[in-house]
Amino acid sequence: MKVQLFVTCLGENFLSPMLQRMVGILERIGVTCEFPEKQTCCGQPFYNSGFQKEGREMAIRWMKVFAPAEGYIVAPSGSCLEFVKHRYPAMFPEGSDEHREAVKIAGRAFEFSQFLVNVLKVTDLGASFPHRVACHSPCHLTRGLGVRWEQEILLRGIRGLDLVPLNEAETCCGFGGIFSVVYPEVSMAIMDAKVRNIMASDAEYVVVSEPGCLINIRGGLQKMNSNIQAVHLIDILAMGGAA
Amino acid sequence: MEKTAKIDFRGNTRSMSPAMVAATQKSARTALVKRAEVVREFGEESWQKLRRAGHDLRMHAMMNLDRYLAMAEEKVVAAGGQVHWARDAEEVHSIVLDIASRHGVRNIVKVKSMVTEEIELNHALQNRGISVYETDLGEFIVQMAGQRPSHITAPALHMTKEEIADLFREKLKVETTPDPGMLTEIARKVLREEFLSAGMGISGGNFLIAETGTLVLVTNEGNGRMCTSLPPVHIAIVGIEKILPDWESAAVMLKLLARSVSGSKITAYNTFITGVREGGPKEFHLVLLDNGRSRILADEKAREALACIRCGACMNICPVYNQVGGHAYGAVYPGPIGSILTPLLLGTGAAGGLTFASTLCGACSEICPVMIPITEILLHLRRRCVEGDDVESPSVSGKIRTAARAGRYVMESPLLYRVAARLGNVLLENRRDGDWIKSMPAPLDRWTMSRPFPAPEGDFRAWWKSRKKKKETGVNE
Repeated sequence: MKVQLFVTCLGENFLSPMLQRMVGILERIGVTCEFPEKQTCCGQPFYNSGFQKEGREMAIRWMKVFAPAEGYIVAPSGSCLEFVKHRYPAMFPEGSDEHREAVKIAGRAFEFSQFLVNVLKVTDLGASFPHRVACHSPCHLTRGLGVRWEQEILLRGIRGLDLVPLNEAETCCGFGGIFSVVYPEVSMAIMDAKVRNIMASDAEYVVVSEPGCLINIRGGLQKMNSNIQAVHLIDILAMGGAA
Repeated sequence: MEKTAKIDFRGNTRSMSPAMVAATQKSARTALVKRAEVVREFGEESWQKLRRAGHDLRMHAMMNLDRYLAMAEEKVVAAGGQVHWARDAEEVHSIVLDIASRHGVRNIVKVKSMVTEEIELNHALQNRGISVYETDLGEFIVQMAGQRPSHITAPALHMTKEEIADLFREKLKVETTPDPGMLTEIARKVLREEFLSAGMGISGGNFLIAETGTLVLVTNEGNGRMCTSLPPVHIAIVGIEKILPDWESAAVMLKLLARSVSGSKITAYNTFITGVREGGPKEFHLVLLDNGRSRILADEKAREALACIRCGACMNICPVYNQVGGHAYGAVYPGPIGSILTPLLLGTGAAGGLTFASTLCGACSEICPVMIPITEILLHLRRRCVEGDDVESPSVSGKIRTAARAGRYVMESPLLYRVAARLGNVLLENRRDGDWIKSMPAPLDRWTMSRPFPAPEGDFRAWWKSRKKKKETGVNE
C-alpha cells in the first residue's frame, strides 16, 4: 500500500519531528510513503480569507502535484485535508475537468487517524505511554471531516495511557487561521478559555492533532507557564512502539 | 445601498466588561445544557430529521414567497384585518405613525420584536412624542438602560441582577434588593398600568401562516397576549421571510424553536391571531416588511440566511460570541447569524468586518435548527469583501489584495516557497528565545501579543532527502 504524504505548510515548517514520526509509524505497519516534493500550500488560507480566485488557482496547482502520484493521500491535519476533500470538489463547476479531478482526489484523501482507523483498520500500534492525557477535538477534524471517535479509539489502544476528560473539548481553541491576526484579542480570549480547561483537566499531556491549533495551544500553555505539554496524536503513537 | 457607519468589531471588543462576558457565558451555557437534554430526549436521529424538514420547508416558503404572501394577505383581509406593505424602515414608521395619529394614540405597549429593533421603531415613535413601553422583562430592562438587546431571545442576559436593581432604583425611583422575584414584581406593576392605558399594541411575529393568514407569537411571559388583546389597536410588523405555508409547517417550526431557544419542549405562550376577533382589538394591522430581504433572496449563495427563526442557539454555542457578548457586533442581530445578516442587510462596506469575526469552527451551522450553512455564507461574504461580486464591489483595501496576490505566487511556487521558508527561519532565528519566539514583526505581532510562537524545529525536507539518498546508496540508517 502506498501513501502520498501531504505534510501541510505548518507541518513542514514548524512540526518536522511529528512528520518524521508519521513516516515511521506508517512504514512500521507496512505502508510505503512517498513525498511529492513539489507540494506547497493547498490554498485554504487564501480561500477562507475571501481570496477565492487565488485559492482556486492554488488548488489547481496542488492537484497537478498529487494527481499523478498513486495511492492514498494522508495528512496530519483535519483542516487542510478537509479543504482538499470537501472544498476542492465544491470549488469547480460540475462537469469540468477540475471537478472530476477534485472528486477523484477527494476519494483518496484521508486525515491520519481517519486513515489508520477507517481505511487500514488499525487501532493498536503497540505504543506505550503511561501518562494522563487529555484530547482536544479540533473543529475541522471533528465537525468538518466528521472524525469524532478515531482519536479516542487510537488513544485507548495505547498501553498505560490514562485518558482524562477535557471540559468543552469540542469548543474551538481560537486559532481560526486569519481570525487570529484580524481579531487577536478575541482569539486570545478563546484560547485562554481553552487553556484553562486543559489546565483544569489534571492531564500531563494534551493531544491536539491539528498543526495550527497545536501551535496555538502550545503557545497558550507556555504563556501560562504550564507544565502540560501539547502534542500531536502522532507524537504519542510513536512512543514505545516497536519502531 | 445607503451609507451606514462602519462597524468596528475589534474596537468594540476592547471595551467589553468581564462581568458582561461572564453573564453572557453563564446564560449561554444554561440554555445549551437544557437544549442538549431535550434533544437527547427527542432522539438524535429524529432531531436531525426535524432539522432537515425545518430547513426544507423554510426554503420552500422562501422560493414561493410571492404566492404565500399573497395568500396570507387575502386571508388576513378576509378575517377583517388590514395589510400594509413596507419597503423599508421609513415606510413602516409612516404607516405606524399614521394609524397612531388616526386613533390619537399617546402610549404604546410592545411585544419583544427583533424586526422593530432593526427598523428603530421606538425612536421614530418617541420622536413624535409617543411613549413606547417594551413589555418583555429583558427588553423592558434594556430599554430603560438605553441599550440594545445583547442576545435575540435573552436581551438583558449581559446584565447582572445587581446592575438591574441599580437601574430600577435610578429610573423607577423604587427601593429594591437585587432579588429577581422582587425586580419582576416591580416591573409587573409598572407594566400593568401601561397595558391598561395603552392606545395601541405593537408586536413582531415569529411566523405568519399563509393558509389562514394567522400570526404566530411565541413568548414566555404572557406579555404578548396582553399587548395584542388589551389595547384597541394591534399592529404586527413582520419581515416577509417569516411566512410559512401551513399549520403543519408551524408545528415543525414550533418544535424546533422552543427546543433551540431554551431547551423547552414548548414555549409557555404560543399565541395565534387571525385578523380581528371578538373581544380583541378593534383593528388589526399587518405590516409586511422587506427592508433588504428580497435582495438577500436574490443572492443564491446567501438566501438560506432568510430561513433563520431567531432562536439564538448559534450565539450560545459560538466561541466568539461567548467572549465578546452581543453588543460587540454593533448591530441588531449579533453572533454568527448577525455576522451574515448584518453585512447582507447593511452591506459589506459597513459590516464586512463581521464576516471575519468567526474562527470558521462550524459549531453554529451544526446547531442551527434550520441548517443554515452559516460558515458557507461567511465565506461567500468574505469573498464579497475582498474580491467583490455582482452585489457589491470590494471593500477591503487594495494594499491587502496586492499582498495576497504576491503571497499566492510565493506559496504556489515550490522554489519561492522553500526560499521564503528558509528566509523566515533565518529571520526568526534572531528572535529566538530557547524554543520560543516571543515577538514577531507586524502583522504577526498580532499573534505574539497573545502567545509565543514555537520556534521551527527540524527540516522535514532535508531529512527526507538525506534518507532517500541513504536508501539509494544502500547505507543503513
